[in-house]
Formats: sequence, C-alpha cells, structure tokens
Amino acid sequence: MAEKKRLKDLTFWDKIYIPAILNGLALTFKNLLGPKFTLKYPEEKFIPSGSYRGSPVLVVEKNGVERCVACGLCSRVCPALAIEVQAAETENEKERYPEKFEINMLRCIYCGFCEEVCPEEAILMSKEYELAFDNREDGIYGKDKLLKPVEELKDRIEFLRRYK
Amino acid sequence: MSTFTLNDEEIEFKPGQTIIEAAKDNGTTIPHFCWHPKLSISGNCRVCLVELENIPKLVIACSTQATEGMVVYSESEKTLEARNAVMEFLLINHPLDCPICDEAGECKLQDYAYKHSIGESRYVEEKTHKDKRVQLGPRVMFDGDRCISCSLCIRFCDEIVGEPELTFIKRGNGVTISTFPGKQMENKYSLNTVDICPVGALTNTDFRFKTRVWDLSSNPSICTGCSRGCNIDVWVINNEIKRLTPSFNKEVNSYWMCDDGRLNTFKHVNAKDRVDGAHLRKDGQLIKVSWDEAFANASSELKNITNKEIAFIGSAFSTCEDNYLFTKFAKDVIGCKNIDFIRHTNPDFGDELLRQNDLTPNTMGAELTGVSPKQGGLNLDGIVQGIKSGKIKGLFIMEDDLLEAYPELEKSLPSLELLIVLSSNFNKTTAFADFVFPAATFAEKNGTFINFNGRVQRIKPAVETTDLDRSLDGMAMSRLDKFGTSFDRWAIGNKHDARASWKIISGLSVLFDKKLKYKMSENVFDDMSKSIDAFKGLDYDIIGKKGVLLKDKLNEVTQTV
Ligand code: SF4
Ligand code: SF4
Ligand code: SF4
Ligand code: SF4
Repeated sequence: MAEKKRLKDLTFWDKIYIPAILNGLALTFKNLLGPKFTLKYPEEKFIPSGSYRGSPVLVVEKNGVERCVACGLCSRVCPALAIEVQAAETENEKERYPEKFEINMLRCIYCGFCEEVCPEEAILMSKEYELAFDNREDGIYGKDKLLKPVEELKDRIEFLRRYK
Repeated sequence: MSTFTLNDEEIEFKPGQTIIEAAKDNGTTIPHFCWHPKLSISGNCRVCLVELENIPKLVIACSTQATEGMVVYSESEKTLEARNAVMEFLLINHPLDCPICDEAGECKLQDYAYKHSIGESRYVEEKTHKDKRVQLGPRVMFDGDRCISCSLCIRFCDEIVGEPELTFIKRGNGVTISTFPGKQMENKYSLNTVDICPVGALTNTDFRFKTRVWDLSSNPSICTGCSRGCNIDVWVINNEIKRLTPSFNKEVNSYWMCDDGRLNTFKHVNAKDRVDGAHLRKDGQLIKVSWDEAFANASSELKNITNKEIAFIGSAFSTCEDNYLFTKFAKDVIGCKNIDFIRHTNPDFGDELLRQNDLTPNTMGAELTGVSPKQGGLNLDGIVQGIKSGKIKGLFIMEDDLLEAYPELEKSLPSLELLIVLSSNFNKTTAFADFVFPAATFAEKNGTFINFNGRVQRIKPAVETTDLDRSLDGMAMSRLDKFGTSFDRWAIGNKHDARASWKIISGLSVLFDKKLKYKMSENVFDDMSKSIDAFKGLDYDIIGKKGVLLKDKLNEVTQTV
C-alpha cells in the first residue's frame, strides 16, 4: 500500500504534545485570574438587555386594561402558527378585546414578527427564556400567563422606540 | 352587434349598456364602489372615471352609455391619476380601522387602496368623527366613520326589497346614514346590505368579531331555509360554520338571500344536541353503540314486524339521493306501501322576491324520488291515524321531527314496537326512538336538492364528519386546515360521527336480502337518473355549479329574479 501524503506532517514537538498542553494551561491560568463571566445558573439568573427576544407577552396598561384589540394580525403573520386569538366585543372605545389569546410556546420560534406587526404595541418580546415543559399542554400559554404590566416591559419598549 | 374600443381592444356591447356593464361582460372590471349590476345608477363615488377619446373631461363608466365606435381607456395615465385622486379623497376621512374591522380581507376600499392608490396620505388635519356602533336594526350594525356614502344600502332597501328604511342625513363631510325617524332597518333581506357595502360600515351582528375572514374556508352549497334554494357559500373555521353568504345565481337568487335563511339554517350543525354515533335503547336509555351493533339489532327488529304494520316517513329536508334510497329500502327491501313525508309550509313566509312558503329545500325531490304511498298504502294522515290506533307498530323516520309536527302523537309513540329515527340532532321524536342513527346535515354531505321551480342543484360538504376528510373529499381548506395538527387547539374542531342518510340506509340494507350498495352519492344519483324519467340524462357534472332545470319543467318556469 502506497504511503499517504499528509497535508501537514507533525514535527517532533508536535508529536510529544507537551508544548500544546502548556500553551493551553497558560490560557486557563490567565483566565482563572481575570474577570469572571460565568453565572451559577439556576441560582443566579441571566438578565438580558432590551434587545433580547424571549417569549412573547401581552401588555396591560397602567389602568389594568389590556392593549390588544384582537385583530389577529399577529396570528396571521406568525410563521409558526403559534398564536390563536378569539375576539369579542367590549364597551370600550376600541370595541374589541381578546376573549381568548393563546400562544403555543412549543410552536413559537421567537422571531418577533408578531411584535413587529401589532398595530397597538400590545404584544412584546419579553426577557423570559425559561421555557421547558414536560407535556404539550403546558406549552400553550393563555392570557393568565401572557398578560404583563407595562412597567415590566419598559426596556423592550425603549429599545423598540430607539431602534425600530 | 355593436362594438367599441376599450384599452385598444374591440369589444361588443348590447344597445343601452353602459361602459362598465359592457366591460364587465367582456371580462374587464372597471373599479367601482357605488355601482351594482342590480341597482340603479348613482354615480357618486367617481372611482369609475375613464378617459374617452375626443372628450376633454373624464366620464364615469357606470352612467355613460356605450356607443358605436367609442374609444375608451380605463388604464391610461389620465385615468389612473384621476382614480388615485378619488381614492385619496375617499381616504381623507376614512379611519385606519382595518385591524379591528370585520371587512378587512374582503374590503373593496382596502383592495383599491393597494391597487389604485399611491399609499401615502397628505392629509394632516383631524379626520371627521361620526357615530360608531349604531344599531340600524336587529341584525345590522352601522359605523359612521367607515361609511363612504356610496348609497348602495339605501338603494338596496328601496329598489330590491321595496321597503325604504335608510337615508342620508346631514351634508358635506358630515353626511351619514340613518333610518327614517321611528323606523328600524328590519326588512327580511337587511343583511344583504352588509354584503354589498364596499367597506366595513355595515356589519352583521351575528358574525361581528367572530373571526377574521382570511382564516375561513368556504364551500358552495344551497340554503335549506325554503324551497327557493338560494345558492350560498358556507364559511367554516375549525370545522365550525361561522356564516353563510349568498353566491350569485342569475336563475335562482341573483346576488341575494334572506336573513332567515342566512341566520337560522346552520346553527344546528354545531349545536350541543347533535347525535354523535349510532344509538339504541337499552333499559329505557338511549346509549351509544357501534354502527355494526345498531345495524344488526335494527335489522333483526325490522324483520320481526310485518310490512303492513310498518310505515316510512321520508323528508323534504333530505337530498334526492337520501330519499331515493329511502324509498327503495321501504318499497323494495321491506316491501312496505305506507310511505310519505311531512310537508312544512308557512303561508306567511313567502314573498315576491325570494322567499317561498314551502320551508323545505327539496319537496320536489322527495316527490320525484317516490316518497309517496304505493297503491293501497297509507299516506301521512293514514300513518298518523295508524299510529294512534295501534295499527302501525313500526316506524322508520328520516330527518324529520314527527312529534313536533304532530304533538298529538305524544301518547301513542311510546307504544310503538319499533321506532327508528335518522336525525342530525336529538329532538322530540328521538326521545321515544329505539334506534337513533346520526344523519349528516346538509353541510356534511354531497347530494342534490330540487327547488320549487324544478332546478336540480348540488350541495357539497363544508364541515367534516368522521366519515369525511377535508382534503380527500375535496373540501376547501383554509391555511389553518392545511397546517394544523392534532395538537393544535385551533385545528381539532369537533367532528361528529354521522353519515349521510343514504349511506345509513345502504349500510342497513346490507343485512337484508336485497342490498342497496353504493360507494358515493354520485353513484346513487347515476342510478336515479337511469330509473327515474325526470332525472334522465343528468349527472353531477351536468348539474354543475349553477344547477339545471329538470327537462319537463323547462317550459313551466316563468319566474326569474
Ligand atoms: S415570536 Fe414569531 S413564532 Fe413566536 S409567536 Fe411571535 S410571530 Fe409567532
Ligand atoms: S397584533 Fe396586537 S392587537 Fe392584534 S391581536 Fe395580536 S397582539 Fe392583539
Ligand atoms: S353604509 Fe356602506 S353601503 Fe351604505 S352608504 Fe355607507 S359605504 Fe355605502
Ligand atoms: S329565500 Fe329561502 S332559500 Fe333563499 S335564503 Fe331565504 S330561506 Fe334560504
């Protein structure tokens, strides 16, 4: 059998590995003494900035009224068909509200299209990223889990106003 | 035939036609809001302005008669500029309501704003505000902000229904629609205004906010509210009917349907009292059993009663196919002569426009397929008497509520030895039945109805049962139908375990000597067309989308809409 020509034949120093190991150790010790970034999750939690796209949530105004008018545009634009909205009539000026609003977090791909299309700035990408379920039903969030007071979403709104 | 030139193409027109009509007949739609083929010309929206050669100003295509040799441009630069200007003008005061407006997705103003408008508003002043949520009548809601004052709704009430109820009030940019003082908009056809309103100013209180129209699928069908047989579309989301709308058929209902037909003929399809699966009575209780068990028990009990002591009641609510097999089963399989159906009429229902006093869609079909007593057999009155006197011991009813029609039978029904009922919903009669077979509704099967003047028309399924498959059975599919899985709550709408009546009868007949085996309703029809003269030469393809008149009815028909 003819001997294969390697792309790069190892030198003696390469072959004994020791310099490479020392190099690696040097890097390790350098970082051991430098500033730390690792978080002790889940005891310590990562808090993302306003630009982060976590699970979509619905905004509740300060007066307790939800912003969503159940127009269904988010549901229409959602590429993953994650959103189901059922409208109903209210006496409020805006006439409509979502009687049912469900997002299937197992379908959602966290693209943020729903946020972008919403005419009422009613659906926003939150900082929530802890989305693990042990059955399919739990992955479907209803209004009880989706509605969030506007104060909690200040970062995102500020980010959107600035960059979008 | 006279001709004129439209966009460099020579087109034909009938004398007296306007430019817009001639263009429409030749397949060109000139944009319009206030024009409707069945209503008088108002010429107020100005969107149909077109350019004529040798005429300095643009003219409106809806009121300008076509003349020989005329040269018309509906897409020239000047026309487009004018159209854009008109659109901008109409949009000045129109609110940006699309997200909360029911019309969005099927709105002419929205469509034209995309097609014929530059899409930028130069208007910075405040828009006018008018009354929203005005209940014009029991079924129609009005939103003043959205109205573009095309007057279609006014003209519809005046000219088609003949009941002037609406009018413009105020003027200039304050103009709005109102009912006459002390009046409501409550004519029997009021909801057609919602269909023809080019914007979302008029909404159907029964459908308002229920769903977005782009999430619906629609399938063609026939209204079952009376023997007119108006052509309709059945709109469905998550296997549930949300609304019916009329579809154009020149020979039957033109562009219209009545409010009763629109609102009161579909609610039972999704009602809680649907019969789901075959039922038989055990220890006084109706319990759900397998189809095979129900068939086996029903057939052996049927065999226990002599054919003189049994009676069959068919139905003008059922299709021709259902009634045909029903008759065959009664007369040929059982050998029974006592067969008839209940006539449901209301002398106050009919009118000059569409509504007929016969409240069933298929009386003529039931008659032609032979749902009438054989010589020496009992007719309906005879059957009712027979039940009372105890002469009739077994009864087989298809898709009708005998007890509702004959309340006096309440005492005698329980003493029947055998009562078999095919029904979509539990009702007064099923309460006494020994067997209840779940019949598919008009929205869950294929078949034909024959209307009052002898027109055979097709119904097609729009709602799935466990016996139907939306894609395999050729039903229209919405985006949600296509992509939904069994894990999506918005895609797992209830499917009832029900079958078309002809199929139930066919299934039952298999346990008798003479078997009525058919694969599809189309096969039943083909058999019918071979054995019944009136149906000679017809098949589903010939009936087509708009239906055909039975041959011997061709000469009788005088009434068109
Ligand atoms: S983030 Fe994207 S995938 Fe998730 S709900 Fe919104 S539109 Fe749908
Ligand atoms: S787009 Fe916004 S307002 Fe419309 S239904 Fe979605 S969240 Fe509600
Ligand atoms: S309510 Fe509709 S149909 Fe009536 S005038 Fe206004 S826009 Fe036209
Ligand atoms: S006229 Fe008769 S068939 Fe037409 S919509 Fe009314 S009830 Fe239905």
